Amino acid sequence: MADLTAFHQLSTTSDSYLAMTRQKRMYSGLTITLFVIAMIFGFRIVERRSAGGFMDGLPRVFDFPASLVSEAWEKRSNLPGYLVEFFPALVETINIAAVSTLLGAACGLLLSLVSTRGLAPLPRLIPVFRRIMDILRAFPEIVIALVLIFILGGGPVPAMIAIALHTAGALGKLFSEVAENADLKPVEGLQSVGANWWQRMLLGIIPQVAPNYLSYALMRFEINIRASAILGFVGAGGIGYELRNAMTFGTGRFDISAAIFILLFLTIVFFDQVSSYFRNKLVKGTQI
Amino acid sequence: MTMTLAAPQESDPRQAAMAMLRRKRSIALSVPVLVLVYFVYVFFAFDVAGLAGRAKMDNARILMADSYSHKVHITRDARAGRLEYSVEGEAKGRYPEGESPNWVTGGFDDTVIDLGNGHIIRFLPDRRVTYDMPDFGLIEMTRVNDSIETRFEGFAEGDSPDWASVSGNRVAITTPAGRLNVTRSKDEVFRYFFGWELFWFALDSPYHGVSLLALLTGPQIDPARSNLAGAWGDFWNNPMWRHAEVMWAMGETILMAFLGTFGAAIIALPLAFLAARNFAPVLALRFAVRRVFDFLRGVDGLIWTIVLSRAFGPGPLTGALAILVTDTGSFGKSFSEALENVDGKQIEGVQSTGAKPLQRYRFGVIPQVTPILLSQILYYFESNTRSATIIGAITGGGIGLFLTQAIQTQKDWEEVTYYIVLIVLMVMLMDTVSGWLRRRLIKGDGSGH
Repeated sequence: MADLTAFHQLSTTSDSYLAMTRQKRMYSGLTITLFVIAMIFGFRIVERRSAGGFMDGLPRVFDFPASLVSEAWEKRSNLPGYLVEFFPALVETINIAAVSTLLGAACGLLLSLVSTRGLAPLPRLIPVFRRIMDILRAFPEIVIALVLIFILGGGPVPAMIAIALHTAGALGKLFSEVAENADLKPVEGLQSVGANWWQRMLLGIIPQVAPNYLSYALMRFEINIRASAILGFVGAGGIGYELRNAMTFGTGRFDISAAIFILLFLTIVFFDQVSSYFRNKLVKGTQI
Repeated sequence: MTMTLAAPQESDPRQAAMAMLRRKRSIALSVPVLVLVYFVYVFFAFDVAGLAGRAKMDNARILMADSYSHKVHITRDARAGRLEYSVEGEAKGRYPEGESPNWVTGGFDDTVIDLGNGHIIRFLPDRRVTYDMPDFGLIEMTRVNDSIETRFEGFAEGDSPDWASVSGNRVAITTPAGRLNVTRSKDEVFRYFFGWELFWFALDSPYHGVSLLALLTGPQIDPARSNLAGAWGDFWNNPMWRHAEVMWAMGETILMAFLGTFGAAIIALPLAFLAARNFAPVLALRFAVRRVFDFLRGVDGLIWTIVLSRAFGPGPLTGALAILVTDTGSFGKSFSEALENVDGKQIEGVQSTGAKPLQRYRFGVIPQVTPILLSQILYYFESNTRSATIIGAITGGGIGLFLTQAIQTQKDWEEVTYYIVLIVLMVMLMDTVSGWLRRRLIKGDGSGH
């Protein structure tokens, strides 16, 4: 703290404070101006490179939802039938998400253990495994899915592999951040009684990190349901594929699209709620 | 751990502990069993067993070979009476009139194609074709009444080895050196080379085949342009790889993510105040705003993309708006949670100086939440770069469109590989930059108090 007994000291303090404030204000003003300019220019570039303009499209935003809703309402007696008809496709989408989350989490678990300092059996290889996770994470699912569809044909397996690989990278990073904070004393204790690496990890580390890992895996499951619906849209099976087919039918068959929208919406909301309930429970459990 | 040690008083604590251990053990055993059962179910539901039959390993081989190598086609077209040399058989890769690869000599009726390692193919008059293969001998194809007659040295008339596919209409011979196709209308030879073809310069560019050193220090090649400017121009406008357009598409993808993420943040921030318990006293309003957020998030990005593309047409605008709408929901939820956790003392302090509500927010709340919000926004920006690639593939904008188009042709795998490398590099760059910025923001927050 500055000595405030003398008046001139106070005035210099206040002067330098105001100067600093002015400088800070100028910098943040400059940043905001640059940001606004970037937003406006970016928007105009994007608008110029698109088929329709923003102002032209804005009044039409509700046209499609409105015709969708009105048509679905007109043919509302069909809806339950469609909901039942497309339920198997929905199950396939959920299965893709679930399997890829399980496989991805298993790979992520292994990757996290071998890339965390203090736990890795081969510390020299830590950077290698980290790089592998970075690369796995950087691949958007659609890239792997499209290439695999070319080789394996359409269907759930390409989507599953694509999402599992991305999940392994994403969860591996989150998992290793958790594992870094794990207490190493149980590991040392197990080592002193002659436990091998697998036993040390299974008995010393996994019980500590399990709640956080499960919580992250659940969050990933939510994300993966959305991803598997999107990949279906590019040809990987499930509800997304049915949605694309339904959209090509066009006007007059919007009731099918509406039914699929409803199924997808309800599924996403349902799994969001379930997963956030369990995640809350898991995280609270660790705080006791 | 989550043990709630409320063991009943009357029972033996040891027994209670044993019971708990038993329960834990049964859970520990049943979870892997359940997962296994589920995998077995999925194995049949996804028809993994039938996958081997459906998989097209030829496609995989083409893809692998194409991703790191390219082929040059030598085509003798009998109908057109022409001999053509082109890279990958594309019009854009055709050698200009009067030029030919240096391993091909002669003209329409006396072509000698040297595939290297002693493999020599000759196009002779009357559409006779010979292939001189070391360690095997001579293969001779002649036309008899519009049918192809093939004779392999050391084989009886009409006999052929297993590695050649021979019929009266078509002969295909594939060796490590290259590939020979003879059909009714044309004779075609492919020779494979390592690397991506014409990545730097197209064949019609004067800089094609000029070394970097000669480019930098050698004499001026094009009298109209300096070497560096001309080379850059020809590289940038390479008709085969379209570097300029690809870079534009990459920029478009990042722009979609940028506009979507930050636009969503700008819209979500004021709305988040309405959804936070400590700022919005009206329960009904808070409830309504929160349901709006839930709705925006629950209607997935995919559905928003479809709905918005009906109004705004294909292009990056739809993609940016789809990201914006979805993330408004996500940001609204997480921002309002961050606002509910602000420290009330700082607001009180500002209030005690006579600040009006808006000033209280500006000086009491915003400085507290800025680092958290910015770090969240950056995190979303990074992950939206990936989403923008995917949305671009659906709505037709950015690098996602290029990628799906290249995959749909089913032959430009070198371009697919190029785009994948670019996308992965872009995502990793965004990851690094946003990680660095976020660390700085959080550190700045820690030292500021």
